[in-house]
Amino acid sequence: MTDLAGGLVQSIDWLAVAPPTILAVVALAVLVADLFVDEARRPLLGWAAVGGLVLAGLSLLPLLNGARTTFCLTTGAHNCSYVADHFTLAIQLLVIGGALLTALLSLHNQDRLPTGEFWFLLLSSAAGAALLPASRDLATLVVALEVVSLPSFALVGLRRSDRLSSEAALKFFLSSVTATAVMLLGVSFVYAATGTLHLGALSDGLTHAPAQLVTLAKTGAVLTLVGFAFKLGVAPFHFWVPDTYAGAPLPVAAYLSVVGKAAGFSGLILVTVIAFKPYGDVWGPALAVLAALTMTVGNVAALRQRPEHPRSAVRLLAWSSIGQAGYLLVPLAAAGYVADPRHQIGATVSYALMYTVVNLGAFGVAALVLRSDALNRITDYRGLYARRPLAALALAFFLLCLAGLPPGIIGLFAKVVVFSSAVDAGLGWLAVIMAVNVVIALYYYLRWTALLFVRPEPVPGEAAAVRTPASLTAAIAAAAVVGIALSGAPQLVLRFASGSLF
Amino acid sequence: MNDTVLQYALAALVVLPLLGAIGALLPAPPGLKGRDPDQAVLRHGVTVTGAVLLLSIVLAAGFDYRHSARMQGTTDLSWIPALHIRIHLGVDGVSLPLIVLTALLTFLCALHAYFKMPEGPSPKAFVALLLVLEAGTIGTFAVLDLMLFFLAFEMVLIPMYFLIARWGGEGRDRAAFRFILYTLLGSVVMLLGLLLIGLKAGTFDMVALATDNGSKLSHSTQIIAVLAIGIGLAVKAPMWPLHTWLPDAHTAAPTTGSVLLAGVLLKMGTYGLVRIVLPIAPQGAHFFAPYLAAFAVVGILYGSLACLALGRQGNKGDLKRLIAYSSVGHMGFVLLGIATLTPTGVNGALFANIAHGLITGLLFFLVGAVKDRYGSTDLDRLAGTSGAALYGTAPRLGGLLAFGAVASLGLPGLAGFWGEMLAMFGAFHPAAGLSRPAYLTFMGLAAFGTLLTAAYLLVVVRRVCMGDRSAEEVRLVDVQGFEFAAWSPLVVLTVLAGLWPAALLGLTDPAVHTLLGGH
Repeated sequence: MTDLAGGLVQSIDWLAVAPPTILAVVALAVLVADLFVDEARRPLLGWAAVGGLVLAGLSLLPLLNGARTTFCLTTGAHNCSYVADHFTLAIQLLVIGGALLTALLSLHNQDRLPTGEFWFLLLSSAAGAALLPASRDLATLVVALEVVSLPSFALVGLRRSDRLSSEAALKFFLSSVTATAVMLLGVSFVYAATGTLHLGALSDGLTHAPAQLVTLAKTGAVLTLVGFAFKLGVAPFHFWVPDTYAGAPLPVAAYLSVVGKAAGFSGLILVTVIAFKPYGDVWGPALAVLAALTMTVGNVAALRQRPEHPRSAVRLLAWSSIGQAGYLLVPLAAAGYVADPRHQIGATVSYALMYTVVNLGAFGVAALVLRSDALNRITDYRGLYARRPLAALALAFFLLCLAGLPPGIIGLFAKVVVFSSAVDAGLGWLAVIMAVNVVIALYYYLRWTALLFVRPEPVPGEAAAVRTPASLTAAIAAAAVVGIALSGAPQLVLRFASGSLF
Repeated sequence: MNDTVLQYALAALVVLPLLGAIGALLPAPPGLKGRDPDQAVLRHGVTVTGAVLLLSIVLAAGFDYRHSARMQGTTDLSWIPALHIRIHLGVDGVSLPLIVLTALLTFLCALHAYFKMPEGPSPKAFVALLLVLEAGTIGTFAVLDLMLFFLAFEMVLIPMYFLIARWGGEGRDRAAFRFILYTLLGSVVMLLGLLLIGLKAGTFDMVALATDNGSKLSHSTQIIAVLAIGIGLAVKAPMWPLHTWLPDAHTAAPTTGSVLLAGVLLKMGTYGLVRIVLPIAPQGAHFFAPYLAAFAVVGILYGSLACLALGRQGNKGDLKRLIAYSSVGHMGFVLLGIATLTPTGVNGALFANIAHGLITGLLFFLVGAVKDRYGSTDLDRLAGTSGAALYGTAPRLGGLLAFGAVASLGLPGLAGFWGEMLAMFGAFHPAAGLSRPAYLTFMGLAAFGTLLTAAYLLVVVRRVCMGDRSAEEVRLVDVQGFEFAAWSPLVVLTVLAGLWPAALLGLTDPAVHTLLGGH
């Protein structure tokens, strides 16, 4: 190797990149193993995937000091493409934990889905989601985002016999591809205006962009954000979300609503707060309007769901996830108004962590109910307490966390953090809109909760008892335990809101 | 007794009901199984609320009455450093009577439920919810951190919702939803105001904020914050025109639910005004005081006129609804007292708070008893054209009802008198800077309201207690032992507070002076 090449070759810190790498390697291993494993041993693949996720989670431990960077430029300014700071670790923890819960939710009904492909796709998507928060240049960011999305289309359409599933996949695919195209166009404009793709350098580049290129740079920034808005299902680009969730297999819908969303948000945070920081006065108000629109659209639509329609449970969760995405956008919008946005970013991350746990928990109980009532209507939950008291109590807890009322203390304080970021930034109007939305959301969450405890009408003939698979119980129990622990000690996630992430 | 005992007693007052609620959901341990699971869990409820009542008495006994303005039995622990939220508990002369009142009423409700479980699903959940409700209300009166106050304020919503929606009467679903949506909307807006204060002043600690007395908050901040917080508290209090959830909730709620709703939940609103708005944002309070007073007076008149209309023959007036509207009127006096911003008025408001808790609690118990006997609280069905003649059919019940009614109309010598008189007296000399003519008008209207109050309560007594139906009709079951047990403490305290108001006023007065910034 000559000196010249030696100077250009970037060093790789394998420990820093371990979490996404482990996921990718296990994904490939599972795919290959699928070819050689006979039918009877297929379930082992699922456990292998769970093992891989646990391993990836453990690989976060050595990184805890949060000061590792890799893939850095060897010349000029010290710009790195991969940074494992506390922000990265928090999102990676969320992604891996979320994927782990999803995996536990899916272990029991492997016979309905092609096993090897499912685990491969899930792990690949998780690998992308783990890479996303660490990436610090636009190329890596876009690639990571695509690694999250592409397997997701296939996951949504995995139930080959199901017409709705294919339709959902197609809808998801088309909207996502449009988003990518728009985003790439935006990225290329920004690159043309600044000559760099590294997020840190972009901020400087945009500040000092030549006058004749400012319009181009601004257009690029707007297009990039529109792309993200599509991916995140932010209103008015949200139309694909409910159909996709309702059509997808339940664990996949859970995965998309949590991990897919969180990964997308981490990308949006990086782009807005680091790269487009000089344009804060533009994207701040824009995101504020989008946040208000998104939460209102999501909550009003969730309110209008008819409980007796098929799949209404998942549809309600889908619409409410749009509403929750609106809450997640609030601190991000507030970040555009303040000089030091660390508190605001922390608020989003805290809220996302809370949301991950309780939303996956709610999906877990939905998966449980789905085993006895295949239609997945909200009315199927009537009197759940009499049949399965623990599951009903868990679901009530998750829903009240989502609504933000005690006993869901963590949900309450996560909302307080979001509110306080808005009030702090002077976004009083947004806080008031969010307050109204919280009340709307309470109505449908509480209506569902109340249904759980209604005394059921006596059913003629004893319904066949359905055995609960251990993995499903474990997933719900894990979510419930984490949720309750966080309610007792909210500091565990709210610490990020005190601005210790970057 | 030293401060450590007070500290543990106060902390236990909040924690014990929560532990009890968890205990109620678990199966009874061997040896405590009782006759059947239902009886065991109801007995558990009586035991826990009884223990809480004992603790509150210990707290009251150990309280240093010479320094009632000072926070006593304080606990101050860091809980969520990220949000600067501390578990800060303490009790002073303003909160002590409310805590004892809450413990007493909850105990009486548990006792009442032990002998007469309201119709509905299993008592297990009933007891658990009752205990969570108790923890939330005592918590509201005991915490000294704005965010914890909000948490405790919210904690009562879910239990009360289920108490109404599961054990309530006709129209309970709608009423329960109305209750929770109104209060939540109010309290979320209140949260915004609390956050604004906390962020601008740099602390959520109520004691520190009260010591600053608003000096760190700009005039406009105080006005916005008081508007937001005031809306939340006014919904709870309830202040006209934000009271519309109350009559439905009371009509649909089971007896115990009504007693607690009127007896302690409404007090959370007025307590918040005294504890948070007056000391922390005095300029904002000063700005809004005349409006608050005006709405309060409208509430007094509106409540009594509504009651008069409900009391008229042929209007199908519901007795529970009538008492609910009378609460709107009585709480109007409390709000008027607070709006005078004078020690006299605020002391009167706090006194009227307690008196209303005792008297209306008693009235709701009595109306519940009437409902148990007649199966209805519809005045027209009860009274027919001549009157229900409770004096004849169930003399003790009739007598108690008449006692409750005259106490409620503010007969001198009973608890209802002092608070309302002091509130009006405060309005006669409002705080400096408030328009005296306006307040004199308010006072005159409020005085007219007392006449109306007397009128409708006497109508109720005439229609329910008197009449000539007694002779041939079936004799009703008169007051039973457990009912005496549940009601007599309220009767005794009503008389006691009426004859010896200085006991309560001496307790609140120093604290009120401190809260109003007089030091």
